Amino acid sequence: MAAKRTIRTIPAERTPVREQPAAERIGGFEEVSLGYDEVEAAREAQRCLFCADTPCMRGCPVSVDIPGFIRKVSDRDYQGAYETIARTNLLPAVCGRVCPQESQCEAVCTVGDSLEPVAIGRLERFVGDLAIANDWASRPFIPPTPHRVGVIGSGPAGMACAADLAKAGCEVTVYEALHLPGGVLRYGIPDFRLPSEVIDAEVANLERLGVRFECNTVVGRLFTPEQMIEEMGFDAVFIGTGAGYPTMLGIPGDSLGGVLSANELLTRANLMQARDFPVYDTPIPLGTHVAVVGAGNTAMDAMRVCLRLGAETVQCLYRRSAAEAPARAEELHHAEQEGVEFHWLTNPVEVLDDGQGNVGGLRCQRMELGEPDASGRRRPVPVPGSEFVMRCDQVVFAIGTNANPIIGQTSRLSLDKRGYLRVDEDLATSMAGVFAGGDIVTGAATVIEAMGAGRRAAAGILRYLGVRDESLPYDALGEPVFGIAPHEHSFVRLRVAETPSTHRTAVTAR
Amino acid sequence: MQSSSDDLRSASTTSAPRAGVTGFPIVARHDISDATFILEVHHPLMARAARAGQFVIVMSHPEGERIPLTIADFDRELGTVTLVVQAVGKTTREMQQTCHVGTSLHGVAGPLGQPSPLGTARTVVCVGGGLGVAPVYPQARAHKERGATVIGVLGFRSAELVFWEDKFREVCDELILCTDDGSAGIHGLVTDGLELAMERYPDVGEVVAIGPPVMMQACAEATRPTGVHTVVSLNPIMVDGTGMCGGCRVRVGDGVRFACVDGPDFDGHKVDFADLRSRLTRYRGEEAQALAHWEHTCRRAEVAAADTSELPTPTGA
Ligand SMILES: Cc1cc2nc3c(=O)[nH]c(=O)nc-3n(C[C@H](O)[C@H](O)[C@H](O)COP(=O)(O)OP(=O)(O)OC[C@H]3O[C@@H](n4cnc5c(N)ncnc54)[C@H](O)[C@@H]3O)c2cc1C
Ligand SMILES: Cc1cc2nc3c(=O)[nH]c(=O)nc-3n(C[C@H](O)[C@H](O)[C@H](O)COP(=O)(O)OP(=O)(O)OC[C@H]3O[C@@H](n4cnc5c(N)ncnc54)[C@H](O)[C@@H]3O)c2cc1C
Ligand code: FES
Repeated sequence: MAAKRTIRTIPAERTPVREQPAAERIGGFEEVSLGYDEVEAAREAQRCLFCADTPCMRGCPVSVDIPGFIRKVSDRDYQGAYETIARTNLLPAVCGRVCPQESQCEAVCTVGDSLEPVAIGRLERFVGDLAIANDWASRPFIPPTPHRVGVIGSGPAGMACAADLAKAGCEVTVYEALHLPGGVLRYGIPDFRLPSEVIDAEVANLERLGVRFECNTVVGRLFTPEQMIEEMGFDAVFIGTGAGYPTMLGIPGDSLGGVLSANELLTRANLMQARDFPVYDTPIPLGTHVAVVGAGNTAMDAMRVCLRLGAETVQCLYRRSAAEAPARAEELHHAEQEGVEFHWLTNPVEVLDDGQGNVGGLRCQRMELGEPDASGRRRPVPVPGSEFVMRCDQVVFAIGTNANPIIGQTSRLSLDKRGYLRVDEDLATSMAGVFAGGDIVTGAATVIEAMGAGRRAAAGILRYLGVRDESLPYDALGEPVFGIAPHEHSFVRLRVAETPSTHRTAVTAR
Repeated sequence: MQSSSDDLRSASTTSAPRAGVTGFPIVARHDISDATFILEVHHPLMARAARAGQFVIVMSHPEGERIPLTIADFDRELGTVTLVVQAVGKTTREMQQTCHVGTSLHGVAGPLGQPSPLGTARTVVCVGGGLGVAPVYPQARAHKERGATVIGVLGFRSAELVFWEDKFREVCDELILCTDDGSAGIHGLVTDGLELAMERYPDVGEVVAIGPPVMMQACAEATRPTGVHTVVSLNPIMVDGTGMCGGCRVRVGDGVRFACVDGPDFDGHKVDFADLRSRLTRYRGEEAQALAHWEHTCRRAEVAAADTSELPTPTGA
């Protein structure tokens, strides 16, 4: 047996990941990070100390058994590694690429106390990509239950929820408003960070589990969650419609030509493939000098798309300092490498008109950090007399999003003041049988948190339906769901049996 | 495992391109003029859910643009929705060539937007000009169905371009046709027709005006002095139609609204039409480029087709 690993015996340096050189990559949408090969993965896996108290697992929103899967990578049992991750995280190829590891698992890695932390995200991606290439996700026979569940929205929350329900034997249909599934993974995050083939592969995996995807279906408008339960024969519904409603800054000049939201820019470039205009029909407005307001992942993606589409200069404005920028560290770093110019502590005050209704520049103001605000971050306050004009012909706002309003406008579900859905600890909404999770409950967050919410809701739905599967790792939350204790399974069976079948099938005319 | 056809729970509510189902079938087409055509699309759930004032986003093929089109009519029994399309640019001209009975649309999402708030006015004037004639029909019908007196005012360039006259007569107590050249109805613009209607019916409590932005603005100006509530249906450029991109934002009163989720109907007296018009011209260069590219590819395809037809039949390998 090999000697026990200690901080002194493991490789001190993190195994670097090969990347496309910045100068080359900004000419296209090929993926920037090339990922580990077997040798690199094996080397990095050696750096894990397999700590008994597993701080990394506690740092992970869905508690992936990180030492467990790394041990399997060390043993070259890659399928075993995949199965270990897949017990709690169904989309390792996605999460390995887009999770903010530096503030989750890698932030609390013991190795990181004295050396660089283990590159957990890169290892996860390595395993996820192998699983896609080798089709490890296919599942054989799952005993069906009589339950039908409808999932609204095909982002990470909806996909994770659908997967758990399908594995428990439910018949699952996912309704997506757009013409392709994936949510933000599809329309927001560009190919050079998360290739669409990865999303296609994950969707295909779900289809193999028996999940049906129905695109072009705007729930709330074509039919409502109420109708799904009362008329369409669904026993439960999960809502994961995201928080994709973009905020505009509301400064003078923000409806001039050349001002748009990052969501619009990214949707045109990714979902509609406007980067291949005119082969694809959708155009994209192209500035030569682009100013992007905001410093989150969305802003980074928007800036890097602009560079790839041929912008000469791309400037980033953020009213706080670099330390507060919400983007993943790697994205900031990549954006910098590719030539984005950062203006920290800078706030736009007016978009200037070039005289023809288009952007002619951006009037800005310098900020300084004052007293801490409600979020605990020091509040930026304007520096008097610091105004200046930034040269630009396009302005992109990436300053956050709100709840998508359609479900709220069209159903009786209880909402909070800001339009997000209200749920209990089991993620049950105010309507019996209807659950919700992801950005539509929490506001804009992360992929892994949305997935975690989808899985928690699936567990809640299974409890609500009275389905018990010991092989499923869900927490037995003790709290009652709207007054019904989790162990009172018979409740649901009764409800389902009471509904006359003619009534349940009355609607879906076709 | 799925049960027999009477178990409608297994029926698809939509056609999912991913599942290998081929889109939304076109079951009827009529050409009204060399630029305008009517499509009837089979989509029973849409027909059931649609209300006056709503629209759909159509993608005619997988590489296509998502374009908004008003639901001009719907038949709940036949399960069809009717779209009236004017061929103005790349996508709509291509649809004019490729959309026939037996083909299908790649994507149809909706019904989008808020249904028209029909109000309680006893007498309503529904004005439609150009692109707006078809979209104003469901509103006229809905006002009729709730018991209002409905006066239709429709504008066309000339008599040959008039369509749906009978359909409108069925739901209007009076129909005023206006043509640019006087070849049918009164010689003048829809604003002249509107003025006439307001004179004849002093109790008009609401005006609905749909058409090009200049026309809607003119109608709103015509009613502003008397303060008669005037609803216009805005048509900014859209992408997703679900409130996700903000591309469709319009200025109404003091605020910014998203036409796809807050509209498309707004109070015409509060809309900033100058802003709408300037935002509509945003993509003029790209639109011209798309059209030129498409015409070029069409010509190449024609040449290629002509070439192959002249090739001798291949004999053996
Ligand atoms: C540009 C960008 C980059 C990001 N980068 C990262 C990153 O690197 N790492 C990270 O962890 N997080 C990142 N995030 C955040 C992350 O993507 C989100 O938190 C996550 O996708 C939320 O998942 P969700 O399933 O709740 O919603 P979404 O992913 O928003 O999916 C919701 C889906 O529901 C559909 N929908 C909405 N309304 C309806 C309706 N009425 N009927 C049917 N369908 C409907 C939408 O079309 C959409 O497909 C990024 C976000 C953006 C915008
Ligand atoms: C809510 C709504 C409902 C609509 N209903 C209908 C309808 O029932 N029938 C119909 O024929 N059209 C309708 N339109 C307009 C239609 O969407 C556009 O004509 C279409 O997108 C043009 O696409 P294209 O590629 O063929 O032309 P493009 O090449 O994109 O444009 C060609 C010309 O059309 C103008 N144009 C482009 N987009 C629009 C637009 N959104 N509105 C007005 N003019 C535009 C451009 O200024 C340009 O001059 C509606 C638009 C909206 C927003
Ligand atoms: S069309 Fe995208 S928000 Fe309205």
